[in-house]
Amino acid sequence: MKLELEKIKEDAKSLLMNIKNKEELEKIRIEYLGKKGKLTKILREMGKLPPEERPFIGQLANDIRKELEVSIEEAEKRIKEKGKQIILKKEKIDITVPGRKHIIGKKHPLTLILNEIKAFFVGMGYEVVEGPEIESDYYNFKALNIPEDHPARDMQDTFYINENILLRTQTSPVQVRVMEKVKPPIKIIAPGRVYRSDEVDATHSPVFNQVEVLAVDESLSLGDLKGVLITFARYLFGENRDVRFRASYFPFTEPSAELDISCTACEGEGCKVCKGSGWLEILGCGLVNPAVLEIVGYDPKKVSGFAAGMGVERIAMLKYGIDDMRLFYENDLRFINQF
Amino acid sequence: MLVPIDWLRDYVQYDVSIEELSNALTMAGLNVESIIELGKDISKVVAGKIVSKDLHPNADKLYLCKVDIGDGHLLQIITGADNINEGDIVPVALPGAELPGNIKIDVTSLRGLTSQGMMCSAQELKLDLKNFSEEQTNGILILPDNSVLGEDIKKILHLDGIVLDIEIIANRPDCMSIIGIAREVSAVLGVDLEYPNIEPPKGFGNINDWIHIDVKDSALCPRYTARLIDNIVIKSSPLWMQRRLQMAGLRPINNIVDITNYVMLELGQPLHAFDYDYLDGNKIVVRRAERGEKIKTLDGIERILDEEILIIADENKPVGIAGIMGGENSEVKEKTKRVVLESAAFNYANIRRSSRKLGLRTEASARFEKDLDPNLTKLAGDRFIQLISQTESGIVINGVIDLCSEKSKIRKVTMNTDRVNKQLGTNIPLKDMEDILNRLELRVINKDRNHLVVEVPSFRNDISRESDLCEEIGRIYGFDKIEPTLPRGMTTLGRINRDQTIVDKSKEILNSCGLSEVITYSFMSPKIFNKLNIPENYEYRKAISIMNPLGEDYSLMRTTLIGNLMEVIERNLNRKVEKIRLFELGSIYKPKSLPIKELPDEKKVLTLGMVGDVDFYDLKGTIETLLSEFNIELFDFIEDYHPSFHPGRTASLIVNNKKIGILGEIHPDVTEKYQINERVYISEIQFDDIIESAKLTYSYKPLPKFPSITRDIAIIIDEEVLAGDIKKTIEEEGGQLLESVELFDIYRGTQVPEGCKSLAFSITYRSNKKTLVEEDVNEIQQRILLKLKERYNANLR
Ligand SMILES: [Zn+2]
Repeated sequence: MKLELEKIKEDAKSLLMNIKNKEELEKIRIEYLGKKGKLTKILREMGKLPPEERPFIGQLANDIRKELEVSIEEAEKRIKEKGKQIILKKEKIDITVPGRKHIIGKKHPLTLILNEIKAFFVGMGYEVVEGPEIESDYYNFKALNIPEDHPARDMQDTFYINENILLRTQTSPVQVRVMEKVKPPIKIIAPGRVYRSDEVDATHSPVFNQVEVLAVDESLSLGDLKGVLITFARYLFGENRDVRFRASYFPFTEPSAELDISCTACEGEGCKVCKGSGWLEILGCGLVNPAVLEIVGYDPKKVSGFAAGMGVERIAMLKYGIDDMRLFYENDLRFINQF
Repeated sequence: MLVPIDWLRDYVQYDVSIEELSNALTMAGLNVESIIELGKDISKVVAGKIVSKDLHPNADKLYLCKVDIGDGHLLQIITGADNINEGDIVPVALPGAELPGNIKIDVTSLRGLTSQGMMCSAQELKLDLKNFSEEQTNGILILPDNSVLGEDIKKILHLDGIVLDIEIIANRPDCMSIIGIAREVSAVLGVDLEYPNIEPPKGFGNINDWIHIDVKDSALCPRYTARLIDNIVIKSSPLWMQRRLQMAGLRPINNIVDITNYVMLELGQPLHAFDYDYLDGNKIVVRRAERGEKIKTLDGIERILDEEILIIADENKPVGIAGIMGGENSEVKEKTKRVVLESAAFNYANIRRSSRKLGLRTEASARFEKDLDPNLTKLAGDRFIQLISQTESGIVINGVIDLCSEKSKIRKVTMNTDRVNKQLGTNIPLKDMEDILNRLELRVINKDRNHLVVEVPSFRNDISRESDLCEEIGRIYGFDKIEPTLPRGMTTLGRINRDQTIVDKSKEILNSCGLSEVITYSFMSPKIFNKLNIPENYEYRKAISIMNPLGEDYSLMRTTLIGNLMEVIERNLNRKVEKIRLFELGSIYKPKSLPIKELPDEKKVLTLGMVGDVDFYDLKGTIETLLSEFNIELFDFIEDYHPSFHPGRTASLIVNNKKIGILGEIHPDVTEKYQINERVYISEIQFDDIIESAKLTYSYKPLPKFPSITRDIAIIIDEEVLAGDIKKTIEEEGGQLLESVELFDIYRGTQVPEGCKSLAFSITYRSNKKTLVEEDVNEIQQRILLKLKERYNANLR
């Protein structure tokens, strides 16, 4: 009988080893451990045994039952694991198929540049203000010390609405509007559209954007202007950018200067972009002309200021390598969506 | 302004390279735009003598020449030209030579024989043919007999030289002359300036016996200086003068005209020579023209004048337009015997206006339209007669007529040197400031410890106060030497204001919704009104027009962005961009009255455009998203009409009970006019109202403590009934416990009768006091259904 039990155990175990699915497992369980199973059958026949053998065989049968139960459990786990593996294998996908993209709209490149400029000056303590685009002759010219017969007043350059009202040719009138309203210290930037009656071509647009910078305080110097603008130029065009201040003329600043940076296309070697000079003009600046300070009622002996004006299109063209100004206003989405 | 270096060096000696000179001038405000090296495109062309000339053995029309280029052995050169003979000296391009137009010369073979270079014509060297005789240019260029063999052709023909192209800033007309530039060089490099030695020669007679000058309008002509020259010999001016004029960009014409131009370039004073024998009544009258008066100017064009234009006339007729161009009638010609030289000062504003009006800009007007030095007239006249005499071009009549209505006052400017240093951020010693000023001929006439008193010469009308001197000192000292500092003083709060914050945030939100930003011109074309179906008297038509627009299409200030956006859409579709999602956030310009008397209102508008794979609800959803991101809760869309939009697919946006925008599908008639075959969805919103209603501050609301109950209902209603009205009814009847109502399905088809539709809503209830049970909401649901039945005859599906 002991041998029979051992055989049952071995048979069952070897069957379990090769089991393939849950159904087969169930069959084996019933065949061996079920109410009519082989092991039960043997236990029932135990009465035929001599009494002294019974405890021993009983113990053995129980052990085998437990052992088989464990084996079945293990087999069950094995089957489950195998099933999982099959499913996972079946679920393999082609990861080279393109993903589903979210379409996010883009900002116009001029907005991106403007945001960079604003971020710099706001960080330096400047407030962003705006002024009207349709402006009076007084604010656009007269209050900026641009006398009646200055070349900048020619019809050729300025769009007029009537004799006294025009489309501002610069953001500088905002300087005057701000200074009329508040007392120093003043630190503002004024971005906005300006207008010149230039025919449209790769470098001219009748509508373009400028940012005006103005600071007025008790003792601002040309050195201060340099400090702020050099920092700004390097913020926009890179830490190692060469910067130079070249004397120039604007009616509303004195001394006046142009700020040049080393050419972004050739790094100063001289190329088409910089017309061979190695330098690119990026903004005009200077100390606020005392005549302008007087016009707004400040005392030039007590306060001084500096101002700068820059073209946003020009900076965007240099920064992004755009060679035609018309692209900004054509609004081809294939252009805008590159940014 | 073109500045030949050789000429410049007549007045100022310096010992820096051309690059250093250019850089120094540029930094001081005289921007050198380019350094032009003349003759740069010619190399390895030398003078060679033709020793023998034979026919080419294998060709009819070719010659075989032996040419001596002075280095001991002869070159064999083949040519087709037959104007040359043995003994002629000609330009020889050696193998490896370069000619203008990027032409390279090499050893070649012609009909079996080697040609070691090429003999050149004047055309091949791109020379000005006018400067050579016909024999010289009729084929190969024949050089003077005394030319040294082997010498560079550029030396022989004076083809080399360096010219600076300098941009002159608007307030420095004194720099529109070689002397003016030399003065700057003197100051910038700290070297001495030498004026030309101008001594008028003695002649005969007395000018007053010859001519009478009458200045009728001394405001427009504050000074008029005249000289007279007799026995004029018209000929070419000396080669050195021609050369200088050419290098400075002027064409040599004849001795008289060339000398006037030479003096203008040298000193900055434009001169004009009239043929004395063409002046009726021996008279020059400076007066305003009469309206309709005519003159044919030197360029052969007849000009019609008016009383704003100043002219030079004789007793009967105009002979020149003052300061701009002379008349053809009194032009200096071959036969001219006597000349009146005009050296005058005119009112610059008047010259500028006349020059613009006539569309005529000349070297003279370019100078006269600026504030020139009135004291130059006399000096320039003296220089003219000196050069006339030196070149044996005529005999001077003694005396000068010099009519001067206003003596220029000597200006004195006092400068506080401490203040100037403070403004510049420098510590320039007083002595150095003095040196700078003196070199600029701003003579320091008095000083103390920290003051300089400066006498301003009449050619510096731009200088009248301390800040002008501060600029002079700064630019000559060098802006680059000023130490950059960061401003001290009060700290200020950097910020962007609420409006700008909302603008920036809107762009972010719209970008997230997939819309890209566009920026269009502030102009619009009057044509868009018809294209957009805009009726007469509609508010869009109340637009500000520009007096001098670039063209009709840019003649109005925009009152809507819809037209501009339609154009952008049209352009993108033409370029096969099919999925278009865009917006512009910009200004429109609304006049308070027309024509405008005061500045108009500039209003911000937001205009959205969508084409391709979209419908009305995409557009509406974008707007709803924008509003909800700004926490604007009280808004609504109601059916509306707009002439540009599809009558059944148009809504207005109501925020806080005010209509603030329009949205919908563009009318097919409009899209047709733009040649668009797609359905276009556009919305235009008055952005200032969004700014007003937007809430930017956030405050935390506790999350709900109790669970909600959601019930779905589907009702069948008449097609005409609006989903929004149903929703409103549900909200009204839902009461306190109703949390939200969502429309989740619209169905037409089987089980729904013809002319009806089924709407399915998901209604969520929640109490903030307890967990709701079914009974709590059943009653409300009943009430809602009853009301829907009553109002809209809605049946539960
Ligand atoms: Zn470059």
